Amino acid sequence: MSGAESVGDGRSEAGDGGADDVDRTPVSDADVCVVGAGPAGALVADRLAGEREVVVLDAGPRFDPADRLARQERAIRPSYGRPDVWGVGGERDAHENAGDRFYPLNHARVKGIGGSTLHWQGMVMRLHEDDFNSGTERGVGPDWPIEYADLRPYYAEAERELGVAGASDNPYAPPREEPHPMPAFEPSYSDSLFAEACEELGIDMHSVPNARNSEPYDDRSACVGYGTCQPVCPSGAKYDATVHVERAEERGATVIDRAPVQRLEHDGDDRVTAAVYATPDGGEHRQEADAFVVACGGVETPRLLLLSASDRYPDGLANRSGHVGEFFMDHLFAGAGGTLDEETRQNHVGFYTSACDQFYDEADESQAPFKLEFFNYAGPSPVEMALSGDDWGDPLLERLRDGYGDHVAMGGLVEQAPDADSRVTLADDRTDGHGNPVPRIEWTVGDRALDTIERANEIQVSILEELGADVEWVAGPDATGPAYHHMGTTRMSDDPEAGVVDADCRTHDLDNCWIASSSVFPTSGAMNPTLTIAALALRVGDDVAEWLGGEN
Amino acid sequence: MELTRRDAAAALAAIGATGGVALGVRRAGDGAERSDGAKQSDGPAGDGEEIPDDEAVRETMTAVATVVYPEPVTGVEAFVDGFLDGRLDGSAHGEGIRAAVGEVRSASRSWYDAPVAEISAAERDSLLRELGADTAEEDPRGSAAERVRYYVVNELLLALYASPTGGELVGIENPQGYAGGAESYTRGPR
Repeated sequence: MSGAESVGDGRSEAGDGGADDVDRTPVSDADVCVVGAGPAGALVADRLAGEREVVVLDAGPRFDPADRLARQERAIRPSYGRPDVWGVGGERDAHENAGDRFYPLNHARVKGIGGSTLHWQGMVMRLHEDDFNSGTERGVGPDWPIEYADLRPYYAEAERELGVAGASDNPYAPPREEPHPMPAFEPSYSDSLFAEACEELGIDMHSVPNARNSEPYDDRSACVGYGTCQPVCPSGAKYDATVHVERAEERGATVIDRAPVQRLEHDGDDRVTAAVYATPDGGEHRQEADAFVVACGGVETPRLLLLSASDRYPDGLANRSGHVGEFFMDHLFAGAGGTLDEETRQNHVGFYTSACDQFYDEADESQAPFKLEFFNYAGPSPVEMALSGDDWGDPLLERLRDGYGDHVAMGGLVEQAPDADSRVTLADDRTDGHGNPVPRIEWTVGDRALDTIERANEIQVSILEELGADVEWVAGPDATGPAYHHMGTTRMSDDPEAGVVDADCRTHDLDNCWIASSSVFPTSGAMNPTLTIAALALRVGDDVAEWLGGEN
Repeated sequence: MELTRRDAAAALAAIGATGGVALGVRRAGDGAERSDGAKQSDGPAGDGEEIPDDEAVRETMTAVATVVYPEPVTGVEAFVDGFLDGRLDGSAHGEGIRAAVGEVRSASRSWYDAPVAEISAAERDSLLRELGADTAEEDPRGSAAERVRYYVVNELLLALYASPTGGELVGIENPQGYAGGAESYTRGPR
């Protein structure tokens, strides 16, 4: 069916809406129960399906691929907010903000099969070697209990699994063992304008890895240039986790949608025994399994553990350390933009093709790692402009011609240092449709990140000025916002007192429970997290398989 | 600049029509049937508005398009026809178009004593403004003005400016929503 108004309301479908005829009863004799069908859960499930009986539970719906064009229309039309594109919000997704800064949680996630990769930008960088040793190398936060070398083969595998277009022209990237699976996207016309300015300033530009097909890959189309990557790719050229969910199902996994897990139950031997989940018909079921993998992202993962408090774990499951929910981090946006007196050819595609990691490893105690991006989507999109305003006909065309064509902009991401006071807890007196306390987010950002945003702004403005741009906006410390990367809330540590999971991402407290999520990041670096999430998920899959083998 | 069948196809792709639509080919019948096969109501709708048949929707949308599209655009009738082939598909969205068009037609008859297609372009422009569609923000569930803005004015503007010809009018041959390939962004100005 066509049209933005023909898309079902994902909230009611996924929450308390009507029942359907889907069998959502538990699977008997399951080896593994995965909670969450985003990229981490999907990769773990795919890794284990075939050899093991795998069940995946997800709170949100299974989206119909045939609706993607209608969702794209929602992305373009002004009547719809970003959460409307994938039906986020409502009672199911209620939350509270209580920190220094407002955190727009429902702009920052998608619930359903595929998770937030349905709306992500699709940028897939590896963390740098020093990111794994931030405490030692930069004097900020703890070191990870694993090194870049431990994750390196999994990074390569994750790049193959997701399908990454990239090149080896980035002198600042960590060492890699093989080319990317696909060639990088060509630089944009506006990249060529930036290149001249950067050369004058001695600033290096290089390609960026995209989880987006630059050529047909894995039975998915090459990018066809819809230009709405974030929040929806109608062609399927941008990777999303439905790829691995479908593959896992083909190999025998059972995926149950609209099944929000209410709590995890455990026995007296510190083993998780069941995931208790609700279904749209008002029922409640217990999915038992030998092993459990929690893969609900950086907010719902700690929430589920806190909701699973028991006499044995009064402060929340797997929370003997007291750190579940603490150290909530995101990447901070730094940006600047303006106009040139020439055409800049923006908004043909929705992704960027060049970046600068030159300043990343200057990081120390006072300066956070940061990276710079050269946008291909600066300024307004004409079609979006056309749908707002009180004009039409020739005056509208004139306004569009005036408004489009000469914009340039740069973005950047800055690391936020871990801080125990930046955290996810349970709300005192607000509950969701199932009577469970909603997450409360207290997001605080320290001076190191804010100062680094200023440093990034200085470089961005210098490049734009060298380019001859009239700089019209700067997103500095006062205007920054999150990049929608939730991290840190079940941090990884060798020390059970200092972290929630060990180096294998298994909870210190419960033998058969792993967490596959950016919530395990002890520090965040400034690189988009999904490739690291994917690499860790593949590693979790191997560890679960090995553990199951030993058990049996 | 002439709108083409390619533009209509592009607009359909951009705005999410179902596949298998024969672009530019009118459905069988003289307008007495709805393209989704549902029986045409021959009486006023519950809210007093007539629910127009496909032919009336096409005629009215084309008449409105000649006002909301800029002067340089030609080939409007075939273009509007083409994308409505994909939109009037029995979907909730298609029914929203039909109902909003009914409101525009009703207002035209009440205020100008003539169908939308038979009043002058200036009167059509006034009609839309008197309906409030110029200052309203689109809202598919809002007031009459907001629904007309959503289902009529913005429907037409979305179709045009997400098509390659509409984009080229502004200077972008691969506008957002149009699957114009992953090469144009690398090319400089022509």
